[in-house]
Amino acid sequence: MTALLDVRDLSVTFRTEHGPLRAVDGVSFQVARGETLAIVGESGSGKSVTALALLGLLGNAATVEGAGVMFDDCDLTALTPEAMRRIRGNRIAMVFQEPMSSLNPVLTVGEQIAEPIRLHKKASKAEALRMAAGLLEKVSIPDAAARLKEYPHQFSGGMRQRVLIAMALACQPALIVADEPTTALDVTVQAQILDLLRQLTRESGAALVLITHDLGVVARYADRVAVMYAGRIVESASVRDLFRDPRHPYTRGLMASSPRLAVEAKTAMATIAGQPPDLARLPAGCSFAPRCPDAHARCLVERPMLEVVSPGRVSACHGPA
Amino acid sequence: MAQREMPDVNAAADTPLLRVEDLKVHFPVYAGAILPRQTGSVKAVDGVSFEIRRGETFAIVGESGCGKSSMAMAVLGMLPKTSGRIIFDGTDITDFSAERMRPIRRRMQTVFQDPFSSLNPRMKVGDIIAEPLVVHRAAQDPGARRARVAELMALVGLLPQMAHRYPHEFSGGQRQRISIARALALEPDLVICDEAVAALDVSIQAQILNLLMDLQRRLGLAYLFISHDLSVVRHISDRIGVMYLGRMVETGSREALFASPQHPYTQALLAAVPVPDPEAVAPPPSSLLRGEPPSARNPPAGCRFHPRCVHAMPKCKDEEPALRHHGATEAACHLV
Repeated sequence: MTALLDVRDLSVTFRTEHGPLRAVDGVSFQVARGETLAIVGESGSGKSVTALALLGLLGNAATVEGAGVMFDDCDLTALTPEAMRRIRGNRIAMVFQEPMSSLNPVLTVGEQIAEPIRLHKKASKAEALRMAAGLLEKVSIPDAAARLKEYPHQFSGGMRQRVLIAMALACQPALIVADEPTTALDVTVQAQILDLLRQLTRESGAALVLITHDLGVVARYADRVAVMYAGRIVESASVRDLFRDPRHPYTRGLMASSPRLAVEAKTAMATIAGQPPDLARLPAGCSFAPRCPDAHARCLVERPMLEVVSPGRVSACHGPA
Repeated sequence: MAQREMPDVNAAADTPLLRVEDLKVHFPVYAGAILPRQTGSVKAVDGVSFEIRRGETFAIVGESGCGKSSMAMAVLGMLPKTSGRIIFDGTDITDFSAERMRPIRRRMQTVFQDPFSSLNPRMKVGDIIAEPLVVHRAAQDPGARRARVAELMALVGLLPQMAHRYPHEFSGGQRQRISIARALALEPDLVICDEAVAALDVSIQAQILNLLMDLQRRLGLAYLFISHDLSVVRHISDRIGVMYLGRMVETGSREALFASPQHPYTQALLAAVPVPDPEAVAPPPSSLLRGEPPSARNPPAGCRFHPRCVHAMPKCKDEEPALRHHGATEAACHLV
C-alpha cells in the first residue's frame, strides 16, 4: 500500500540579505492513511518551514527543491497555484498555532467555517451554515447554532482552537497538518484539544502531521516521530521505539533535558551543552557535533546520512569512535 | 521542606523574608464613552497569603489569568494593591512611597519571561548589567563597575569580553543569562522569576534552571518562581502554591503536593501534563475537569472552581471554601 503523503528529499532555501539560508535540507518522510506522524524539534529546526513548504505556503522569498511531495500519487510541487488551492483546505487541511491571529476578526465564526464548504463543495450558503453548526457541535462547542453568529473575539483561546479544528474538518480532509496546535493554550485546555483532535481524526480516518516541541505531546498522541535538528531529520522511528531506545545523541539529550514530573527534584538537570547552531554557519560535518558528547574526528568532517538502524527506524549518526 | 544548607543569616532567621497577607489586586472596569463610570472590577488577585523564607524557592503555579503575575507585580510595588499587607524582612512595606521602596527594591529583583523585549536593544550588554548599579549609586567608580559587570557575567556563564555586544547578538538562553546577571547586580535577597524559562527551548531551559539552582546555593537567594509549567516547578521549588482565578487553592511542600494533591484542580493540572513516555496511561481530560476557566470579572459564586469540578456538590455553589490543613498540604475545598 502506498503512503498517503510521501515527501522526498525536500529542501527549502530562503533568500536573505546575508545570502541563501537553507532552513530545510533534504528531508524525506512518509505518512500512511490514518496515521499520526509527529515532527519534533526546537526553534529553528525547520519543522514549521517543512509544513509550510508541503502546503505550498512559503511565498516568493523561499525556493523549494527536491524530488517531489507526493500526495495520493499527485506531486504537490508540480501543481499550479490554482490547482494547489483546490487541494488546500479541502483534501489537506491546516491547524496553526495562533488561535488569536488565524481567524478573521470581522467575519462571524459561522461564515469562516462555511467558507471552505462553499468554496470546495459548492454548497449553498444556507446549507454550508447548517453544516458549520454540525461541525461546531462535533468539536464540543455548546449552543452551536447561536455561537455561529458570534465573532472570534467572543471566543476564548481554547474555543478558537476548536473553531480552527472545525474549519479543518469541514471538507473531510485526508490529511491534517497541525503546527503546534496547543502551544498557546493552558495545559488543561491543551489536553482537551489534543484528545479532541485525536478522536476526530480517528473517526474520519484522516492522517495527521503534528508539529510540536513537546516530547510529552509526542508520546501521548503520535504513532511515529521524526526528530529534526538544524534543518535535517536526524532520527525517525515509531514512538514506542524512540522513547524506549533513542539512537541519536540529540534525541537522547532532548529526552534527558525535558523536565519530568517523575524525577528526583532539586538536582541538576541533564542539559545539551552549547547553543543551537546558526543555520547560516553550519559546521562542515554533523550539525550536532559541536554539542555532542560522543563526537569524534569523523563527525567534524563528514556529514552522517540517515541509515536504517532496525526495521522501520533510521538515524543519522556515525556512532561512537 | 528546604533540605539545602541555609545561608548564614542573623538572629532574624525565623522571620520570613517575604510575607504576603490577604493581598487583593482589583482592576476597575469602566463603561460609557463620554462619562465613563466604573461598572465592576476584575478581581485578578483576591485574598492571597503566603510566606517565603530565606534561601528557599516558593513557586506559584496557575494557568493564564489566574492572577500569578499581577500578584508578583503588586509585591514589587509595580501595581497598586486594593488591600492586604506585604511584609519584607520584618518591615511592613504595604504603603511605602516610591522613595521609601528604593532601598527595598534593591533587595527584590526580577527576571521576566521574554528575553527579547526585556533588554534594551540599543544598550550594550555591559551597560544593561551595570544599570542597576548606576540607578542605585552602588558602584560609582567606572573601574569598579566594569569589574563588577565582568564578575556578574562570569557568574552566569557569559564571557566578560561579550560586554561590548548588543542583545541581538545573543541567543534566547544567553539573553536570559544577561537578565539574571542584571537581577543579581545589587546582591538581592529575593529574585522574582516570572515565567523565566517559558520562552526557551527545552535543552536551553534545563541550562537556565541549573544556573538558577546553582546561584541559589552559592548566594543564598530566595526565589518567587512563577510558572504555568508543573514539571519545571517540580525541579526547582521547595514549596508550591496553586492559584485559580485569583485565589490560592492549595499550598504545600513540593513533595506533598506532587505525591498527594488534595484539591481537584491541582489533581487535574498534574494529570493534564503530557508525560514523555508512550506507555504512560493518561486519564481522559473529561474525567478531570470540564470546560475552560471563567472570566475573573464575574467569578462563580461559592468555590470558584465548582463549574469545572467533577466532584462539585450543592454546597460548593454557595459557600467559598477556605484553605485548611489536610495531611501535608493546605487546600481550599469542601471535599478535603
